[in-house]
Amino acid sequence: MARAVTSQRKAINTIFAWSIGLLIFFPILWTILTSFKTEAQAINDPPIFFFFDWTLENYAVVQERSDYLKFLWNSIIIAGGSTLLGILIGVPAAWSMAFVPSRRTKDILLWMLSTKMLPAVGVLYPIYLLFIEMGLLDSRFGLVIVLMLINLPIIIWMLYTYFKEIPVDILEAARMDGASLRNEIMYVLTPMAIPGIASTMLLNFILAWNEAFWTLNLTAAKAAPLTAFIASYSSPEGLFFAKLSAASTMAIAPILILGWFSQKQLVRGLTFGAVK
Amino acid sequence: MATQHSRSAARMMMAPAVVLLLGWMLVPLIMTLFFSFKKYLPLRGDTLGGGLEWVGFQNYVRFFSSSSFWPSVQTTLIIVGSVLIITVLLGTLLALLLDQPMWGQGVVRILVIAPFFVMPTVSALVWKNMFMDPVNGILAHLWKFFDAVPIQWLSHESLPSIIMIVSWQWLPFATLILLTAVQSLDSEQLEASEMDGAPKLKRFWHIVLPHLSRAITIVILIQTIFLLSIFAEIFVTTGGAFGTKTLTYLIFQRVLDSQNVGLGSAGGVYAIILANIVAIFLMRIVGKNLDT
Repeated sequence: MARAVTSQRKAINTIFAWSIGLLIFFPILWTILTSFKTEAQAINDPPIFFFFDWTLENYAVVQERSDYLKFLWNSIIIAGGSTLLGILIGVPAAWSMAFVPSRRTKDILLWMLSTKMLPAVGVLYPIYLLFIEMGLLDSRFGLVIVLMLINLPIIIWMLYTYFKEIPVDILEAARMDGASLRNEIMYVLTPMAIPGIASTMLLNFILAWNEAFWTLNLTAAKAAPLTAFIASYSSPEGLFFAKLSAASTMAIAPILILGWFSQKQLVRGLTFGAVK
Repeated sequence: MATQHSRSAARMMMAPAVVLLLGWMLVPLIMTLFFSFKKYLPLRGDTLGGGLEWVGFQNYVRFFSSSSFWPSVQTTLIIVGSVLIITVLLGTLLALLLDQPMWGQGVVRILVIAPFFVMPTVSALVWKNMFMDPVNGILAHLWKFFDAVPIQWLSHESLPSIIMIVSWQWLPFATLILLTAVQSLDSEQLEASEMDGAPKLKRFWHIVLPHLSRAITIVILIQTIFLLSIFAEIFVTTGGAFGTKTLTYLIFQRVLDSQNVGLGSAGGVYAIILANIVAIFLMRIVGKNLDT
């Protein structure tokens, strides 16, 4: 009764929320729109919103001039590789902590979280030096390792919170029936764990894709992903709004789409299970 | 229950993660500590192999007493503090708004959350050029439309500009987490207070806000950790000029630009201490949550 809402109030809410939503989204929308304009239209005074000659020219030029696909490929390898490697190492660890907890499990989890708090700049030179010594500077492999390590605590935490939700009774029933550890993991646990693992991978792919401290400092021409590709546009000769927009749109489009699927996981992953 | 066999298997499964993270934490940390007590200028021929001169706490004293240290701490605190205030206040309001019944709620949510997925270099560059450019930026057009003189955002109002960009990036995060918290609010309690005729503001103050307090604390702590180390936003926009040099950026410049590794490492140790002070509080909350 008391919660019944008049449609008038609903309409006001709607208008209000949509205006704010569009305002927040506007920089992204504007970037996407500008990417389809000519350079002259991009800086037209007053700004043109929709009625311009839509063109795909900027995308072609960006690809041709700066080899966008190479950076895209680097981003995919680095974000994908670090996520896969992190999952490979994280799943067993999270599994054992969730299902065979010991007295120290909580301490280990908290300690893992604490490694995430280490400010990157505090260890910048050691990592830089180690990279030079090991020939990893400007290599995709080196970045895969570093990004895997910085995201591993989040991976383990997310997986842990997901695994915790799997009812232990089922596992015990399987054990009673004489299922071996391997069979238990293969036929009982895996099917129930897959959604959690998928969500974890999704969020970590996004985090790795957008990581911009190590990717900027440890790469040059060869292994640079899209973060560095975009940063190269900050030099004055890159000041062409339409091309800048096209490059930006291409850099963020894949993640914007993935991100829409990951809203819930974002909360869980970034608050370490403290808010669900 | 867990057998001896499964216990040792569990330990084996945990080992790779523990060993890797232990190495990732200890090796660079010990190196940074080591460098911070040494004179280490690679460009002047200091090499690890050649042996580095031990200088005691000299780097710490020099970093601390250099003319750029306190301004950088101040800049860091202003940026972190302002972004926290803006995102938590607006985030709370937005979360309450998004919780209301409306048409197209899902789409609005997506619009609001989108900035979080934009990579930091892109958002910095888009804001710098397409919005804050004093001639062709949208904001300049807007100012001219109202017959005002466009602002030289990143040179004259550099700190507010950076704060604006970073707030835009982090508002979605605060909103999303606070929205999750708002949605878990016990609606019966709210309804009861509504029946009792408690006015809206009072309901917010006595029921909603206490319920949100934990989520707000978590937002503040997590954002602080990330905000203390923002880098790309400054790297791309001002490069640390116009009073936007944060502690992170100052250390970056000492270490990689001027290659004074000893001095930069001492700065790094300060940054680590600073982050740990925040981290302790966060860990306590998260740890408590693990028990329940």
